[in-house]
Amino acid sequence: MSKKTLLNSKEIHIILHRLACQLIEKHHDFSNTALIGIQPRGIYLANRLVAILQKDYNISSVKLGQLDITFYRDDFRRRGAPLEANKTHIDFIVEDKNVVFIDDVLFSGRSIRAALTAIQSFGRPADIELLVLIDRRFSRHLPIQPDYRGRQVDVINEEKVTVNWEEKDGKDAVYIINK
Amino acid sequence: MSQLSVQHLLGIKHINKADIDLVFKTADHFKEVINRPIKKVPSLRDITIANLFFENSTRTKLSFELAEKRLSADVINFSASQSSVKKGETLIDTANNILSMKVDIIVMRHPNVGACDFLSKHVNAKIVNAGDGTHEHPTQALLDSYSIREKLGSVEGKKVVIVGDILHSRVALSNIYALKLQGAEVKVCGPKTLIPKYIESLGVQVESDIKKALEWCDVANVLRVQSERMDINYFPSTREYAQLFGINKKLLDSLGKKIIIMHPGPINRGVEITSDVADADQSIILNQVENGVAIRMAVIYLLAQQVERN
Repeated sequence: MSKKTLLNSKEIHIILHRLACQLIEKHHDFSNTALIGIQPRGIYLANRLVAILQKDYNISSVKLGQLDITFYRDDFRRRGAPLEANKTHIDFIVEDKNVVFIDDVLFSGRSIRAALTAIQSFGRPADIELLVLIDRRFSRHLPIQPDYRGRQVDVINEEKVTVNWEEKDGKDAVYIINK
Repeated sequence: MSQLSVQHLLGIKHINKADIDLVFKTADHFKEVINRPIKKVPSLRDITIANLFFENSTRTKLSFELAEKRLSADVINFSASQSSVKKGETLIDTANNILSMKVDIIVMRHPNVGACDFLSKHVNAKIVNAGDGTHEHPTQALLDSYSIREKLGSVEGKKVVIVGDILHSRVALSNIYALKLQGAEVKVCGPKTLIPKYIESLGVQVESDIKKALEWCDVANVLRVQSERMDINYFPSTREYAQLFGINKKLLDSLGKKIIIMHPGPINRGVEITSDVADADQSIILNQVENGVAIRMAVIYLLAQQVERN
């Protein structure tokens, strides 16, 4: 198993600020915007972006939710290991809001497909955008593309991209792991 | 650990503490789901469930049916009163006929002890016991413990008294197994004639004075007097039962502490419990009903994970 660093903490820092600025460009004061972190790993990226928006750009009223997609996945009973659910926490109605899904890695697009179904339980958003830190090119199973991307990478299917966060894993870094 | 250790839910006797924890953890998620504006998830789209009720039921049947529909399973219902059971069909024949229609999970209530156990050995489907005679009613025990956990933080170390007709109660037996597994202390209280002879071998104590029992406990789970299962008179009169073992507001107020009142339903108001107690703020009877749907969703979801795809 070999492990290659794709992004170090400084690069991630720069990318996060760029993504935050791109969000501001589109969503201005975020008054009608809801950021939704996709469980389990998208919530760290969402929390970081909200922290940057608050601290560096003085936008304090960002609505942030966490969406678990376990019960909406299309591989129930099709995998060896059972699926384990996480917490969904959305304490606002997404009806007519501009929703931004936030996830760490976009691979097959199936998680986002599930999230598109799951979010309907909370109302009908005005529109939905997708923000990812890592966009794995040429690996999509579904016609889903990100609106905001941190870094686009070409990796072969046997390789896995993992995003580590300081608050969870001790250090900010993105690795390509060859199994 | 995210899979049940069993293939069927036949009784609490067959499962372990880790299974109970898993069901509760899963139920937490489903409780959040059933409180959303849209209370449904598509997980079990390709699962078909048959609810076989060979005995009358309102709450349990509705609760299971709702749980199944909230998970998007296809549901077929069957009541013995309007079926070919009346014409002499055996249980296995009935079940196999239903299975030929490609059913993955059977939820069954039956007046005979061990009917679900028997069925699980003879048909190829996951079986959920929704009550077999005077034996077990596992989902009721799970939702009772879940409601205690929700109200008091945990079940471990809590003192629970089960009051009433212990002899004929599947709710009592399943509850005793579940509470003991989770480390609660259990007492039973009721007329001597309605307490099974060897109940102490399950690790529970018997108390014949209702006031002492209530003073001891944190939670009182009050059972219905099951007149329909009584072949002889176990106590002189309903009036006497109500006087000796009925719980009223005066009795509760005299305790000097606020205990939690539970009841699996249906309530005989004025017999085992008075109306003012049933509707008091310390009664969690309606929370039990709400939690019932979440618990049954969790049980069915976890068993459905083990259904093999063809």
